[in-house]
Amino acid sequence: MSQPPARNDGTLDRREVAAVLMRDPGDLLVVTGLGAATYDVGMLGDREQNFYLWGAMGGAAMLGLGLALAQPKRRVLVITGDGEMLMGMGSLASIAAAGAPNLAIAVLDNARFGETGSQHSHTGLTTDLESVAAACGWTATATARDMAAVEALRPRLRAEPLFAVIRINADEKPRFIPPRDGAYVTERFRRGLGIVEN
Amino acid sequence: MQHPTWQARVFDALQAAHVTIVGYVPDAGHAHLIQAAHADPDMTAVVLTTEEEGIALAAGAWLGGQRAVLLMQSSGVGNCINMLSLPVTCRMPFLTLVTMRGEWGEFNPWQVPMGTATPRVLAQAGVHVRRADRPDDVAEMVAASAALAFDSHIPVAVLFSQRLIGAKVFVK
Repeated sequence: MSQPPARNDGTLDRREVAAVLMRDPGDLLVVTGLGAATYDVGMLGDREQNFYLWGAMGGAAMLGLGLALAQPKRRVLVITGDGEMLMGMGSLASIAAAGAPNLAIAVLDNARFGETGSQHSHTGLTTDLESVAAACGWTATATARDMAAVEALRPRLRAEPLFAVIRINADEKPRFIPPRDGAYVTERFRRGLGIVEN
Repeated sequence: MQHPTWQARVFDALQAAHVTIVGYVPDAGHAHLIQAAHADPDMTAVVLTTEEEGIALAAGAWLGGQRAVLLMQSSGVGNCINMLSLPVTCRMPFLTLVTMRGEWGEFNPWQVPMGTATPRVLAQAGVHVRRADRPDDVAEMVAASAALAFDSHIPVAVLFSQRLIGAKVFVK
């Protein structure tokens, strides 16, 4: 059963957007929020510098902050959805207050809870996440509505503490299943960074 | 500001355990630790809007090769439950120090339900729970709990009893 149009439905294809954000990723450290963001990034090529969340809804941005503080010389990009970001909206205040110049967040905003029947989320009703981030103290924020704007965001997301909303359409894509064994992904990620416990 | 000696020793134990990131939702019982963490150039103290943020923060720190602790009071434990799936599922360490409310000499009835439920809620969510009642035990318990958490990759909570930290005094 499909929902009526949302207040600010986007037009962009989420997989095309993800492909731009992840093009030539180099050593970029990437955290994905649960649901479609995890599938979008995973299907572009599994890599040890990707950390996929399959749960812990609302935690992607703060996980990105912890990683950015622990690895100040590396760039960290959180790619998540509007529902996941809304659940962790307070973390936009915590991150701005902490200050992490090497952390950026890209929200793939389809104004819906896509995994659960495409119910309208708050971004499709009354809430503008870019304004929320700015009000929390993020000094660099953006909203992209076309692919040219996404292309322009790509280098900024790898250079600035930027909070970006990208308006995607609500089309559901075939699922892609990246590794969901959290212990395996954790150990692989740490080994990739050269972290060895003894 | 004069602080009880045991709180200074808890901070020493965190330093000795190589904890470098301190997430917190303030509590009067943690005031010394929060102040000390902010004052230490080798530590990063992060104020949180809600306690579960600190679990995700600690997970990210671990992914990046550093160690974090979450400071909160017992009322915040209830905010953490689903986020605890992160360290449990990913076999990550997690260390939290919880100041207890709702027990010894509590004035505020709103603190009692979560204070009463805290040890069982944590245990049900997969967290090992230790409880410190005496000033002489606290630092050693934090040191041992940090070792258990970070060396054995286990979530551990140390509860600081309300008798230990002193019941909050309300003055009309």
